[in-house]
Amino acid sequence: MGLFDRHAGLLEAYRDVRTTGYDPFQIRMERVLSPTKAIINGRETLLVGTNNYFGLTFDPSCMEAAIEAIRAEGTGTTGSRIANGSYSEHVALEKEIAEFYGKKHCMVFTTGYQANLGVISTLAGQGDFLLIDADSHASIYDACKMTQAEVVRFKHNDPSSLEARLRRLKDSKEGDKPGNRVVVLEGIYSMLGDSAPLREFVDVCKKYGAYVLIDEAHSLGALGDNGRGLCESTGVIDDCHFIVGTFSKTLGAIGGYCVSDDPDFDILRVTVRSYMFTASLPPSIVASVRQALRVVKARPELRTQLWDNVATLYDGLKAQGFTLGPEHGPVVGVHLPDRMTAIGFWRAMLDAGIYVNVAVPPATPNGVSLLRCSLCAVHTREQLDHMVEVMTGIGRQFGVLSSQPKLRAAGAR
Amino acid sequence: MRSLTLRLESRLRTAHELTVENDGIADTLTLTRGVLRAEVIREICVHLEPYQTGEKPITGETVIAKDLTIDSLAIMDMVMELEDRFDVSIPMSVIAEIHTVDQLADTIRDLGARA
Ligand SMILES: Cc1ncc(COP(=O)(O)O)c(C=O)c1O
Repeated sequence: MGLFDRHAGLLEAYRDVRTTGYDPFQIRMERVLSPTKAIINGRETLLVGTNNYFGLTFDPSCMEAAIEAIRAEGTGTTGSRIANGSYSEHVALEKEIAEFYGKKHCMVFTTGYQANLGVISTLAGQGDFLLIDADSHASIYDACKMTQAEVVRFKHNDPSSLEARLRRLKDSKEGDKPGNRVVVLEGIYSMLGDSAPLREFVDVCKKYGAYVLIDEAHSLGALGDNGRGLCESTGVIDDCHFIVGTFSKTLGAIGGYCVSDDPDFDILRVTVRSYMFTASLPPSIVASVRQALRVVKARPELRTQLWDNVATLYDGLKAQGFTLGPEHGPVVGVHLPDRMTAIGFWRAMLDAGIYVNVAVPPATPNGVSLLRCSLCAVHTREQLDHMVEVMTGIGRQFGVLSSQPKLRAAGAR
Repeated sequence: MRSLTLRLESRLRTAHELTVENDGIADTLTLTRGVLRAEVIREICVHLEPYQTGEKPITGETVIAKDLTIDSLAIMDMVMELEDRFDVSIPMSVIAEIHTVDQLADTIRDLGARA
């Protein structure tokens, strides 16, 4: 058997994808012009698929902070925190994130993926139980491959499904099984933009004495009066034992973090391998993230603008008859009937100058094919109205929408 | 043999798996809980029917990931349904070691058996 034979099915699917002309997984941004525009295939393209929720990648204050940090401390740290030491900026950033959540401890990682991978696989060890939402991000699934704990999935966003699994651990035939229970949730799910019923989940976890870890990757900035995420908007920060997040989306840079009040939290610095055995964030990134966090605190209007834009796109597409994710979210998932339609639709949008993500099985829940749009606070109303128009045209052409233009419901914009 | 799901590193070998691998014990269990086992198999078949290829019927020996068109994620979702139907939880590392319909049925029945 050849080394790549096991991937035969995937290779075939991938060939299918490429027959459409462009390869959605190898798009070249020839030049990025702003948080919402880039040159792709030689033309100026509207970006609605880059998780740049607050548009901070070009924020002048964040850019200046990064440039200054490079001048002061160089381009990289050339090693991990345990080998090369922490820069003052790493420590300051950790303090600021901990304060942002009102938690005692924070650890910063080089990516959010590494934060999930390391923290989740380490927290739940031999004899423990890890309970994860069925639609969890790849980083959570990969943590499950590394853990010694028993892993059980529960139905997506279904507290009663979690409860059934916690109850079985308590009422097993050997009696109440010893071992910690760690429940992993996400604030906003990355494919359909739906949020977890966190309060209900927390109630179940309390009832069964389970620890809660929530990944706020897509909800940082977007949810809560201070932008802390779903844990804030649902009023359960104190009941979330571990909050993980990323700097790569709303904060416009790269990196990950985990905060907690657990007094022994810092032991993770010498046990989590994805923290110990990889280089720490460079000074420029740390500086821009610190500044981005200040911007998030100082400019709550960015959150309002983001949700206004969500409403424009979501309600606009809905009114035209598209099938969307279940609720408003900074990610808007547009359901399409199958993989090839999704890829064809995606390509037609790119030809029309709009970039979104295409998500097809096995990367999607329940085998659905999606166009995944992510909004930015600095998208304009005109850009999004234009996008709805373009998608409506393509939708009719592809037979996804009926060819009769929909009448706008009375009262709708 | 191809594993049921993306193979998980399973350092934890559970007692349940050992039981399943031991034909003698499995037979005894079948005798005492024969009705339930047939019921489990029937339920599994209901879930797997949409993925049947050609005329070949689904039997206890059917290798789920190989003989049918079901993918690894759909297998895990089916397991979640079966878990709730029979009130058992099957750890992902155990799922990874299950290949056939028989093995799945035995795992469910064994986990569900109360002392
Ligand atoms: C839910 C979730 N968690 C974690 C990550 C990983 O974040 P990062 O890009 O920082 O590795 C992502 C991003 O892809 C995500 O969507």
